[in-house]
Amino acid sequence: MSLESTEKNMSNETIITGKKAENAIKESLFLFTLYICVTIAILTLMTLIYDVLSTGTTRLTSDYEVGLITKIQIDNPRDFLTTLDSRYPDRAGIGPAFAGTLWLMIIVISATFPFGAGAAIYLQEFAPKNRLTRFIELNLTNLAGVPSVIYGLLGLAVFVRLAGFGRSVLSGGLTLTLLILPVVIVASREALKAVPDTIRQGALALGSTKFQAVFRQVVPSAIPGMVTGMVLGLSRAIGETAPLIFMGALTYVNYFPDTPLSGFTAIPIQVYNWVGYPQAEWKETASAGIILLLGLLLFMNSIAIFIRNRYEKDF
Amino acid sequence: METKETVHVNNANVFNVKDVSVSYGEFVAIKNVNMDISKNKITAFIGPSGCGKSTLIRTFNRMNDLILGAKVNGTINYQGVDLYDKMVDPVQVRRRIGMVFQKPNPFPKTIKENITFGLKVNNMTDNMDERVERALTQAALWDEVKDDLNKNALELSGGQQQRLCIARTIAVEPDTILMDEPCSALDPVATKKIEDLMQELVKEFSILIVTHNMQQASRASDYCAFFTTKTSDDGKRRTGELVEFNETNTMFTNPDEELTEQYISGRFG
Repeated sequence: MSLESTEKNMSNETIITGKKAENAIKESLFLFTLYICVTIAILTLMTLIYDVLSTGTTRLTSDYEVGLITKIQIDNPRDFLTTLDSRYPDRAGIGPAFAGTLWLMIIVISATFPFGAGAAIYLQEFAPKNRLTRFIELNLTNLAGVPSVIYGLLGLAVFVRLAGFGRSVLSGGLTLTLLILPVVIVASREALKAVPDTIRQGALALGSTKFQAVFRQVVPSAIPGMVTGMVLGLSRAIGETAPLIFMGALTYVNYFPDTPLSGFTAIPIQVYNWVGYPQAEWKETASAGIILLLGLLLFMNSIAIFIRNRYEKDF
Repeated sequence: METKETVHVNNANVFNVKDVSVSYGEFVAIKNVNMDISKNKITAFIGPSGCGKSTLIRTFNRMNDLILGAKVNGTINYQGVDLYDKMVDPVQVRRRIGMVFQKPNPFPKTIKENITFGLKVNNMTDNMDERVERALTQAALWDEVKDDLNKNALELSGGQQQRLCIARTIAVEPDTILMDEPCSALDPVATKKIEDLMQELVKEFSILIVTHNMQQASRASDYCAFFTTKTSDDGKRRTGELVEFNETNTMFTNPDEELTEQYISGRFG
């Protein structure tokens, strides 16, 4: 009886402690700190973007001619996106670098898709669970964290020298493919892993082979996730400078790369190059290049988000 | 009271299970099962959790091949063929012995594609629309979905999804349907529909059903097998065993074994 009553008293004491206000202050302090952190992060980013936009837009926009059709000419003095580089900052265009980046994207996509998806499907669906598989899995995760310059050296050794592709856009694209493959494979495996086992079992129970179950049910369900991973990998690839410089991409290119074996430069290298000039006018040109690169990245990430939201399934 | 033997002489059997044990590595999930399962009847497997009834049913269409380290000893004869013979192709086995799972698992595709997938992988691509309609009708789902066959199957209710899974199973024209707790994720109304459906399907197929629900076993099945777990002498291992296999009526009114009676009357399990 006495035991019971002490228990009751204790429980009341723990409820009425007067700590409520104290806790509330702690909580709001904590929240305030979090807000500060977020604000600092966002403000820094905003300042950077504002700076780039305000300096760079002069090279990207100009006369508005309002007639029957509203016409905006991107022409200052000539089209920034399609002209060649120049000695004069106000005439320098990003044409070859833009074309180089597009070439890189095409090569990276066409190499990453089969190798990335293939490796992920094999490892996730077919590979025997043995030491070799585990070793490969472990290494994939590690490779994803290797600094990108190392891939540049590898590209130089393997594609430029050994395979004899020279310092071409093909070597560059393959180097970037190596760089993003681990990330793409890991992301694709996650997408496959997210397909519930019941789907595999359901397909097998209908008398399908393992192959049919994987390629007609599991992979189609995982495609949105796999494509999302690939687009994100691709947007990392086109922002990379170091590995391309290491494998020997050019910095001044005055022609458009027309075959996979052409020499090339890419937007980030071009920007890096422009930023290095002492004259203040180059800053505008470099900023315009950054805006283009940012736009490209934003566009690709939007594609990834769109695919994820549009096609992702809830099981 | 009829004995097991006389019952089985009167019916052709679809499965003859002899001394079957299933183990995962060191762990023996179920051992020494002997039973003959009758054609065109509903056979229910009941018993407490962990008694190996789901494990056993998965050996009947070789679904347990997919589990790493699973090993089956003994013989399971399916209409005279040893299912675990080296020459037997598990893919063909699964085609003839369909399976419906615990949680409805429609493919994240349209209702129609859910059924045509099985038809396509089995080269039954003639008269596909007719086959789709027939399967859905047999699964008592046609009237509910006939106007939106191109709707995503995941938009259906749980009960409808499960009937769709049954439809896609019977579309490939198996002889036997295995059901692993097909109603455990469904409400009583949807459960009732599936049970009614089973009574229709059993005219054409042999049905094996694992269930936790004793009322379901007593309502819906013709034969009933009761499994339980036995703990080894050192108390470390628990292995499933078949306690009694009998006609459902007998099992629920006058079981042969004391243990069955205790379980059925709710005194243990």
